[in-house]
Amino acid sequence: MTSAARDFDWKPLALVPALALLVLPFVGSPSTWLTLTVAGLAMGMIIFIIASGLTLVFGLMDVLNFGHGVFIALGAFVATSVLGAMGDYTQSADLWRNLLAVLPAMLVAMAVAGAVGLAFERFIVRPVYGQHLKQILITMGGMIIGEELIKVIWGPAQIPLPLPEGMRGSLLVGDAAIEKYRLVAVAVGLLVFAVLAWVLSRTKVGLLIRAGVQDREMVESLGYRIRRLFVGVFVVGSALAGLGGVMWGLYQQNVVPQMGAQVNVLIFIVIIIGGLGSTGGALIGALLVGLMANYTGFLAPKVALFSNIALMVAILLWRPQGVYPVANR
Amino acid sequence: MTSTNHNAGNLLELKGVHTHIGAYHILHGVHLAVPKGQLTMLLGRNGAGKTTTLRTIMGLWHASQGTVHFGGKDITALNTPQIAGMNIAYVPENMGIFADLTVKENMLLAARSARNAAQMDEARLQWIFRLFPAVEKFWNHPAGKLSGGQKQMVAVSRAIVEPRDLLIVDEPSKGLAPAIINNMIEAFDQLKKSGVTILLVEQNINFAKRLGDTVAVMDNGKVVHAGSMAALAEDEALQRSLLGLAL
Repeated sequence: MTSAARDFDWKPLALVPALALLVLPFVGSPSTWLTLTVAGLAMGMIIFIIASGLTLVFGLMDVLNFGHGVFIALGAFVATSVLGAMGDYTQSADLWRNLLAVLPAMLVAMAVAGAVGLAFERFIVRPVYGQHLKQILITMGGMIIGEELIKVIWGPAQIPLPLPEGMRGSLLVGDAAIEKYRLVAVAVGLLVFAVLAWVLSRTKVGLLIRAGVQDREMVESLGYRIRRLFVGVFVVGSALAGLGGVMWGLYQQNVVPQMGAQVNVLIFIVIIIGGLGSTGGALIGALLVGLMANYTGFLAPKVALFSNIALMVAILLWRPQGVYPVANR
Repeated sequence: MTSTNHNAGNLLELKGVHTHIGAYHILHGVHLAVPKGQLTMLLGRNGAGKTTTLRTIMGLWHASQGTVHFGGKDITALNTPQIAGMNIAYVPENMGIFADLTVKENMLLAARSARNAAQMDEARLQWIFRLFPAVEKFWNHPAGKLSGGQKQMVAVSRAIVEPRDLLIVDEPSKGLAPAIINNMIEAFDQLKKSGVTILLVEQNINFAKRLGDTVAVMDNGKVVHAGSMAALAEDEALQRSLLGLAL
């Protein structure tokens, strides 16, 4: 075993299968449990895509961006326009033709969310560096303005975002029905995590981000301009939120301008559970939140909303800094 | 940037530097000269302003008055990355080790010209490994898992992973065992011989005596004595009046 593997803290990772196995007796039917688990993992992966950028934004510059949700909504609405214009591709039963529509929708949503993120950082976040209260107020204000602008462009009503034909329906695994789109969501989430993990561990920019999350003053003392790095992370984080918005919109099959605010609560729970600034922690947190939401939605719908707060409280009682606290913070 | 009013023999010069941190006035007109190619010791009691002086040089706190010249250029208003980019390495009092990164990754970050570990100067790395064998031994270990002495070795190694014109180190012997301090003294002695200019804050008198060429003593945010280390080491009365003890 390598020293890195030996030093790795496996306990938080074990929480995900532990939670899944713990609820199995309560759910009873293995096929229902499998359906709920895949749904939970899919939801968790989408939340991870959205939360991964936000946790780095906080970790790197101590910026609390409560406006992150606006990029989710923006991405989803851009997807309605792109997919709406590609009806021939989305209505085809051929999965590959569907992907030829979904992929450009994701790329355009990421580009638009990233560009708006660049302006958001420059005009809304930059003037309030180091001032948490002002950050909370101004970024929430930015999100409200963003929502209103979305209403101006796309209208205030809910817009359907139907799944492309080839992604509808389920695969049968034994008696369990696994929705195809949930498998797509898990695959996209894993791909995003793999790319992020590769960049953070194998490239110098990634090293700088990880180092900056721990001690930005020392990174500057080594000669690197951390603000430039932060702008880059903010833009990528916004673009990922846009991608997450497309995924979330397709998951819900409709979009509303307030969807960002609705998801905001979940992503803050995720990054707090994960440890502020920790990408690996955000993945664990997102999977736990996704699973918990689906299990409680089935077992005790009345406590579904409360369940993730309870999960966060339980995790923080165990590890007050989150499951993977970032050193030096 | 200007290049007036400085001594060409000094690599670094502070003139009348005042620094405020919030409402507190910490430095009260510091005059400090660091001659090129020498090791300058900055001594003084706790709270004298030594660390603040180093942080002001690095642009981590900005001088409210006075000037800092490096290599004849006025760097007073520059930001920290610009100052570090002028070939100045800094080891802070807390060592600034990135605990979640391996020793190799810590070193790679300091090697600005290298994009990956393979591009680091191998001959220089071997030289560093001879100075600090622990750096090679724990190369792939998370730096946060090392002992205090090993972390300090990594911190100094990181500062010298590429040739720098000026090395600024804040209390390298702080909290270290005597055997490791001796190892550190030998390492700094070899660094001196390599020709690099060093500015070192120290509280360990033995450390200062064995390594210092020149010395500046601070008290109450001012340099109250500057001269040769050897002369201060021989003058017990002066030591008592400046530091409250004999070297």
